[in-house]
Order: sequence, then structure tokens, then C-alpha cells
Amino acid sequence: METKLKPDFLSEVASIPACDKINECIQCGVCSGSCTTAEHWEYPPRKIIAMIRAGMKDEVLNSSSIWYCVSCYLCTARCPREIKPANIMHALEAIALKENYKPPTKTTTMYRSFARSIEQNGRIYEFGFMLEYFLKTNPFAALKMLPMAFNLLIHKRMPLLPKAVEGRHELNRMFSNIATGGYR
Amino acid sequence: MRYYAYYPGCSMEATGAPVEKAIHTITKPLDIELVELKDWTCCGSSPFSGVDKVKAMAITARVLAQAEKSGLDLVTPCSSCYTILHEANDLMKEDHKLAWQVHEALTTVGLNYNGTVRVRHIVEVIYNDVGLEALAAKVKRPLTGLKVACYHGCQQVRPEYGYDDREYPDWLDQMAKALGAEPVNFPLKAKCCGSSLVISETDMALDLIHRLLQNAADNGAQAFVSTTCPLCHTALDAYQPAVNSKYKTHFNLPVLALPQFIAVALGFNFKQTALDGNIVSPRKLLNPYFNGKIPAAAPAEPAQKAAA
Repeated sequence: METKLKPDFLSEVASIPACDKINECIQCGVCSGSCTTAEHWEYPPRKIIAMIRAGMKDEVLNSSSIWYCVSCYLCTARCPREIKPANIMHALEAIALKENYKPPTKTTTMYRSFARSIEQNGRIYEFGFMLEYFLKTNPFAALKMLPMAFNLLIHKRMPLLPKAVEGRHELNRMFSNIATGGYR
Repeated sequence: MRYYAYYPGCSMEATGAPVEKAIHTITKPLDIELVELKDWTCCGSSPFSGVDKVKAMAITARVLAQAEKSGLDLVTPCSSCYTILHEANDLMKEDHKLAWQVHEALTTVGLNYNGTVRVRHIVEVIYNDVGLEALAAKVKRPLTGLKVACYHGCQQVRPEYGYDDREYPDWLDQMAKALGAEPVNFPLKAKCCGSSLVISETDMALDLIHRLLQNAADNGAQAFVSTTCPLCHTALDAYQPAVNSKYKTHFNLPVLALPQFIAVALGFNFKQTALDGNIVSPRKLLNPYFNGKIPAAAPAEPAQKAAA
């Protein structure tokens, strides 16, 4: 695939909260070396940062790499330039969702179901959000989760009904006020 | 009596229910009063930041604004809530554009946040405010001879909000020791369990959980003492059977969240410790302690040195 560079990508990322230090990266690779899930990343964190600086927006956002971040913050704790790679990965995820990139991962669907659960109930309704996720991806994959779900159910750790709290109305009023609706 | 504003977080009403119950069992004996925020809503956790950062910070700020009204320190048992609450607190001070957007959103619902809330993890409160000595003094049922792997998890100590070491913390080890138990060396004690992606990347998360179980077992642990994070607790406890079936292993390592462990040591019964909510049952392992028949001073193997 021919690379179409987007030089504005760097400033776009750098303008996102907690991502402003990306320019100070020295490409030392401590982030990639520390990453809990690096083996799953097509482009490990160090490379992602280099690609952002090179303007390779489509390559970064069409890849599933960033979606493997488990937010363990090892990269962030160890980065000698304090650039917070984990926050950058989540910022990239938000751009990808907003601009309708379609990376080959189911985590995009999971995050959307998660966010919808908050908007609908004010709190995460674990059973409902998982159900929505499996129905939208692969209902048969849910079968594998059944023994675990059943165990949680009989130990009273998986309420089947949502507990929608009043605060959800406040959340939605707040959301509608965030006009920029997005990372910036 | 010490008073704190309390934010349990969504998981505490579902998968984290046993941890939540055990927390409320031990607060009174530890002279702690947790005042739960009224009508609290989700903090957004990390997934919401991957959907919309400004909205994510706004809903986190709602929690902070509610806590600020109480004038108390805000305590949460969930490591994910802990990290995101801290992050919002910091970002609102550092990033004025974000702070302005969040402020506007809060104003529409009659809230305001001045950035004065001190966010704390309940493990840190027990360690610093209650303290090891007071904890040890309240022990009625010492857990003598019990070899435990103390799992701190990731977000309790990282990125920078934990007060303990970010790579090799030992608060849980010290507390387990104060309760009579014997913490084993556990090199992966602050590595991630993969919970945040366990739904969509199940195999990857099971691999991470498998490593933790293997590492604890290799070092001679009979059980885990885990942080109060409901995600860590569920990963090690509820997903243990799934790890066993995937990797053809036979792990049977009960996972006692710190409050459950403290509740046992303080002399509460099985139900009060909420251990009946655990999927890997600790009943057999702990029966000698509950029956007052502590195994005749199991000699510590010299090779198993407690974590320093």
C-alpha cells in the first residue's frame, strides 16, 4: 500500500490532553521493551510514536496495535522523557473511532459497548455490556465464557438486571454540552 | 474514627461484590468510616478515554466534584478508578483547555470542581492511616504458616500515583506479615493481569493470568493476597478455572483480597469475610484457622525467603 503522509498528525496528537510531550521522545525503546503485550503489536509503542512523527496516520490507525494496550502503565512509569505512551495509545484509539477507521480488532466494539453502558445506566452494567459485545461480534464466542459467567452468577457476582442510577441524566446533559464532542 | 468519602466503582456492585462486602466488614474494627458518595456514576476507566477523552475526563470530574463537597479524602478500592481519578485531577490543573471544557460541562448540572480532592487507594489508607502496628494489634486469628503471594497489580502502583514502589511494591507483603502470614517471593507481583481486555482479547488475558498463577505457584504460594481491585481479584479468581482448562494445569490458589484476608485475621466468620463469594474456594485451606487448629508450626523452608 502506498504511504500517504499526513504531516498534521503529530500536532493533532500533541494537542490531546496528556499527549503534549510526544515531541520529546528520544526513541530509546524502553516503552516497547516494557510493554506487557508487545508480542501482539504489529508496531510496538516506540514504532507507533516514530510513525506519528512521520505522519503515517493511516498506517497507525488501520493497525490493531494500539488496541492491545492494557493500561498497565509500565511504559509510562519508565519513560525517561515522561511522554506517557499509554495515554497516547488511548488518544489514538479515540481518533480511530471518531474518524471511522476499521482496524482488525474486536476491542473497538468492546469499547463502544462499554461507553454506551455508561451513557444508558450511569454505571457499567457488566452483564449487559458483555452481552451487547458478544451479540455484535461473535455470539458463539460467548459460549466459551458461559462456565465463568455461571460461576459468577451463582456466587452473586453477576446481577442480570441493570441498576440505572439517576446520575445518568446528569452525565448525558454534560455530554451534550461538550460541543467539540471529541478529543479536541 | 477516621472519615473518608467513598467511591466503590461499578465493578464493586457485580464481580467485585465479595471484596466490597469484606471492606465493610473490616472498616469498623479499623476505626474507619466510609461515607459513600450519593448517586455516584462511572469514572469512565481506561476504555472511555479510548472513545472520547474530554467526555471521559468530564464524567471523572463529576465524581471529584461530588467528593469535594464532602471535604473528605476520596477513597476507592478499585485501582482503575484510582488511576483515572488521579489523572483527571492532574490534567485539570495542567491542561487549561480541557479544564475549561470540563468546567463548562459540570456547570450545566450545577456542579463545580476546584481541584482540592485528595484521591486515595484503600490499600494505602489501611497501610498509612491504620498502620502495621495497629493492624497487628487487632489480630485474633494469626495466619501463621500460610504462604501467600501478594499481588499488587498494575494501577495501584502505576503510573505514578501509588506511594509504593512502581516496580516491586511490598505494602501487601508487609501487611500479610503483620497478620502472621508468610509472603513468598513473587517477581510478577506488579505485572498486569490483562483484565481490561479480558472480554475482547480473552486468550491474551488468560496468558497473562497464567503467568501470574505459575509464578506464584513456582514460589510456593498456597494462596494470593490481592489488592482490593475488583478486576485483579476477578482475573485471578474467576478466570482461574479457564486458565486451568486452557493450559491443562491444576492451579487451586484461593485469591483473598486484602480486606478478606484482614477479616480472617481479625476473627470474623466465613460469611463475614465474604469468602463464600470466591470461586476458588479457600475453605479447605483456611479451615484449620477457622477451627482454631493452626497447623503445628509448619517450618518455613529456608529456600522460600519472604519478599524483602
